[in-house]
Amino acid sequence: MRKLALSDDILMQVEKPARYIGNEVNSVMKDKNKVDVRFVMCFPDVYEIGMSHLGIQILYSMFNAWEDVWCERVYSPWTDLDAVMRREHIPLFGLESQEPVKNADFLGITIQYEMCYTNILQVLDLAQIPLLAKERGEDMPIVIGGGPCSYNPEPIADFFDLFYIGEGETQYRPLLDWYLENKKRGGSRLDFLKGAAKIPGIYVPQFYEEVYKEDGTVKERKKLCEEAPDKILKEIVTDVSDCHYPMKPVVPFIKVTQDRVVLEIQRGCIRGCRFCQAGQLYRPVRERDVDKLKEYAVEMLQNTGHEEISLSSLSSSDYSKLDELLDFLIDECGRKHTNISLPSLRIDAFSLDVMSKVQDVKKSSLTFAPEAGSQRLRDVINKGLTEEVILKGAALAFEGGWTRVKLYFMLGLPTETEEDIRGIGDLSNKIAATFFDTVPKDKRVNGKVQIVTSTSFFIPKPFTPFQWAPMCTKEQFLEKAYQTKQGIMAQLNQKSIKYNWHEADVSVLEGVFARGDRRVARVILEAYRRGCIFDSWSEYFHNDVWLSCFEDCGLDIAFYTTRERADDEIFPWDFLDCGVTRAFLLREWKKAQSETVSQNCRSQCQGCGANRFGVGVCTESD
Amino acid sequence: MKIRIKFAKYGAMKFIGHLDMMRFFQKAIRRAGIDVKYSAGFSPHQIMSFASPLGVGLESTGEYMDIEVNSMTTTEALKEALNGAMVEGVEILSVGVLPDTVKNAMASVAAASYRLQSKNGAFAIPNPEETVCAFYAQETIPYTKETKKSVIQLDLKQGIYDVRMETGASLFMTVNASSSGNIKPSMVFEKLCEFAGAEIPAAAYQITRLETYTDLAGEGAPHRFVPLSACCTEESQAECY
Ligand code: SF4
Repeated sequence: MRKLALSDDILMQVEKPARYIGNEVNSVMKDKNKVDVRFVMCFPDVYEIGMSHLGIQILYSMFNAWEDVWCERVYSPWTDLDAVMRREHIPLFGLESQEPVKNADFLGITIQYEMCYTNILQVLDLAQIPLLAKERGEDMPIVIGGGPCSYNPEPIADFFDLFYIGEGETQYRPLLDWYLENKKRGGSRLDFLKGAAKIPGIYVPQFYEEVYKEDGTVKERKKLCEEAPDKILKEIVTDVSDCHYPMKPVVPFIKVTQDRVVLEIQRGCIRGCRFCQAGQLYRPVRERDVDKLKEYAVEMLQNTGHEEISLSSLSSSDYSKLDELLDFLIDECGRKHTNISLPSLRIDAFSLDVMSKVQDVKKSSLTFAPEAGSQRLRDVINKGLTEEVILKGAALAFEGGWTRVKLYFMLGLPTETEEDIRGIGDLSNKIAATFFDTVPKDKRVNGKVQIVTSTSFFIPKPFTPFQWAPMCTKEQFLEKAYQTKQGIMAQLNQKSIKYNWHEADVSVLEGVFARGDRRVARVILEAYRRGCIFDSWSEYFHNDVWLSCFEDCGLDIAFYTTRERADDEIFPWDFLDCGVTRAFLLREWKKAQSETVSQNCRSQCQGCGANRFGVGVCTESD
Repeated sequence: MKIRIKFAKYGAMKFIGHLDMMRFFQKAIRRAGIDVKYSAGFSPHQIMSFASPLGVGLESTGEYMDIEVNSMTTTEALKEALNGAMVEGVEILSVGVLPDTVKNAMASVAAASYRLQSKNGAFAIPNPEETVCAFYAQETIPYTKETKKSVIQLDLKQGIYDVRMETGASLFMTVNASSSGNIKPSMVFEKLCEFAGAEIPAAAYQITRLETYTDLAGEGAPHRFVPLSACCTEESQAECY
């Protein structure tokens, strides 16, 4: 039997010991003496969040399908265990082998959101791996970063030996092969990194230096080693129907956020909303073959025993064979007592019909994401959702028996005025009014409609048309939230509308990290040293500590957030190429300012540059 | 058809709580392709009853759960299919068919036996054999049970049916495990240590539930404890523990 890394004593002391014991169904055990490479895959947040992430399941399964590799998992120990491990100097361990992470060849960390940055340091620290890449000795694992935040890796560049830019399915094998080859040759860590820098999609931060102008913006990037390329193009899977998919995903014992089979139906999005980073990063859209998906669904449900299946994509309604797939799933799942969860569907007659088949209408809610309160601002952000469409969808839904509606908006979008903000209350009210107009009194379940309007604060992200846009200050954000609340309170149907808004402090910090440069690393390191971890958990977020760290490191928050960027400013992430050109993004930024919408990829190609990959929607003939 | 399943739980699995074990079995039953009965409605669930929740940290060789199936071939085949869907630390020991008249697992539980084993081979109480005898010979063993809502005075003596030392520095006991009068083995050990004037060493002992019993005796008659599996009309070979 496996020996656990933690004693019974400790496991009995901490909350949810199941987070740390591994042994889950479909987790992979191998003989460590019979593999050549040991890889530990990390999601730097608590187990329940990390285990819900599809990307790790894909890579975990792909790595373990290779006979010479053993891939394990590790997540951030929760604060209770964190304290025990520090006190007793217990090194962080992989869930499978229960052996120290520092014994592995690689530690791969997926970076899904900026607010996990201090948790990256927590993981390294508990693993007893030096926090700074340049301080790591020959025997330390190679620390790799990946995921959406690696598209501006500079604020965390010092902590990583290398970043993998783009989709993980393509270059890991060559990277591991080079690792083995280098080891055989007796090459050093530096030799490995030099060779790795030549592999497509691999970025080795220590081979570059960022040079700044007097005004603090980036002047240039200096290469410190010949092997380092000037530009790094993201990696992309050409045929998504023919790439690795995890047929036996790991099934956790405890309830996790995503406790179901996940079918990724496509990658990318045709829409081009101007605030959305994912919509640009994963271009072009590539659909998975519907017959493959049907096979996957059956096999994965069988292999996991999950009671639920869900579709994953940025905009499921745009998947061209959606009706065929859903017909199949409804039939298959009906026979197998399996639930279907349907996120991100456009509300129309088709989706309502499907939803009424798979969920309890009385208990479920409809979701609209207009993102902005007025048509003018929706044009600015290129969100092709009109009030007419929303109200029509809502009316249809109310007729179908739904009584709950969730609305999502952003505050602080470029060019936003008080009138746009008032539009949020107006639209919420109109939806409530639609309910009272469509549903006769005697047919109203509980007699009422429930509208939940939520706002988040807009944060400009790299590789979006809004990467040039100034972000609001905390005070502006809070004022906007206040105006929104007032706007809702003034409505006739205000009793049917509940308003939620997001924390402003954490948004400001996220804004700094999103568009930060290498200097920001100092602040992150300092905040970690002063005890910041789990910043995405409001109970552990200490804004005052962060503010004092910025001050003590001599870094100005406003420089990164509210500052207006010139059209030709060099951004810290400009050396990366996500396929979409800077010229296209700038064009879109200008179009946004003139309130001009752009067509989606299927209606009319916008020449974003991603057609250079020669795949997906760019090659669809009409 | 009602099926009673007996299983063991040990190793890392002792850290998986009761509700998570239920979720684990629901998924395992689906993986094993068992034709289990579901409730009606939008989120159908399997019809399942666990005998008695096992505390986190405890191991067991006598856990029970009842399920209902629409069809099956043999109990042996069902056992094999289920074992194929287990992980290290959970093992299906036997599968049997229950007569429709038998109460479900949870309602049937009357008692359970436990073994408390020192992890380092030493038992913290001097002269354990005599001490345990003297402990059990007491007229009453008062115990104050504090819950979030109330403080209850119990007499453990009523619910301890057997307690004695075994070879190998381990303590054996059979105690009430019914939903109304459940006694945790740790409660008995706590009182025993107190009686012997010894300190309670935290987590130096591994407690194992050995068997779960139902009582075949009628109201007022002396107990006739038999394992819950004895209620089955047809049973696959049970492994001996
Ligand atoms: S090149 Fe055209 S079709 Fe292809 S992703 Fe860009 S805008 Fe869409």
